[in-house]
Amino acid sequence: MCKDCGCSQPGPFAVHAQPTEPHTHTHTLPDGTVVTHAHDHEHSAEPADQQSHGHGPHDHGHGHAHQILKLDTGILSGNDRIAEQNRGAFKALKLLALNMVSSPGAGKTTLLQKTLLELKDRLRLAVIVGDLATDNDAARLRTTGAPIVQITTGTLCHLEAGMVAKAMLQLDLRALDLLIIENVGNLVCPAAFDLGESLRVVLHSVTEGEDKPLKYPPLFQSADVVIVTKTDMTAAAGFDRDLALKNIRLASPRAKIFELSARTGEGLGAWCDYLVACKSGKAAESAV
Amino acid sequence: MHEFGIMESALATARQKTHAAGATRIHRLKLRVGRLSGVVPEALRFAFDSLKQASPAAGAELEIEEVAAACWCADCAAEFETVSLSYECPRCHQLSGDLRRGRELELASLEIS
Repeated sequence: MCKDCGCSQPGPFAVHAQPTEPHTHTHTLPDGTVVTHAHDHEHSAEPADQQSHGHGPHDHGHGHAHQILKLDTGILSGNDRIAEQNRGAFKALKLLALNMVSSPGAGKTTLLQKTLLELKDRLRLAVIVGDLATDNDAARLRTTGAPIVQITTGTLCHLEAGMVAKAMLQLDLRALDLLIIENVGNLVCPAAFDLGESLRVVLHSVTEGEDKPLKYPPLFQSADVVIVTKTDMTAAAGFDRDLALKNIRLASPRAKIFELSARTGEGLGAWCDYLVACKSGKAAESAV
Repeated sequence: MHEFGIMESALATARQKTHAAGATRIHRLKLRVGRLSGVVPEALRFAFDSLKQASPAAGAELEIEEVAAACWCADCAAEFETVSLSYECPRCHQLSGDLRRGRELELASLEIS
């Protein structure tokens, strides 16, 4: 479709307008609107080595045929397509899928360990965990007895939808209620890559200070849930709770906020109840 | 620093579209980058300069159109541009989670021959 007027004539990547002598053409839309466009003559392109770019003293005004291809295509559309397939699969299976993102060391794996144990008898869970190297996180999570798939990304700083699609093949998705995808520890790149998740969960530990949400707007803006972790260390870290919550609300206007300590278990119940409610489609009632 | 991967992906699409249009050279490549895309224009330029050699875009110029973030305020039934990434409506001061623009990461157009 043409993005200028919405007509369907020029096809997905129209050869529109531009350089030398545009001519107009008119066509009528189904609703009767008459649209007039400027279009370029479509020249067959000369081989690059035969084009003359020199316009010397006796410039006789010939133009080499530059054309403008209007594309308006998403650079990550390949990823987005696979993400939509993942999302479709999750929906069809009524599977709640979380994309859990934070900086390295904010406590994703510890929170997951505790969440898996806490929800063991209420939901059937599995985890896909991404890291650059090692399967240390998978080994830690396997102690809970839940199915765990490790993705090692090599040098890549984020998970992509295709990696998740591949990892999904290693799991019996029909036998699950909740799939948690633990992303690579990074507050920047994962923001741009949709994995097909139902909820994007961003962790923010009290040891990171209060202004992380303001420093990393793309990720926090896209958060459905923000969890303040390591609350047992609030005093030791000199963490200003009110300021941090204010910043989270500013940077993540859609997000539900939880505060918890995976180590002491404080606040863990509310988070787990929320997941159970989300799974059963009653999330709004347990929103914090 | 995922700008290299993103630029690789943009150049691959550009190459394919150029070839499909029967052209051999890219003179200008225009990207549309939202303020909330998580991508830094400067890093994209650096990646472009490194990657364009030995491609049909070797002599091409990179143009980046930056798109400001804008939200929809349901109460005012109006769109507002976010100022320094605050999502507060300037009229009624409600926070909006309904982002309408700012996440763009698009290959807008190519000038080819």
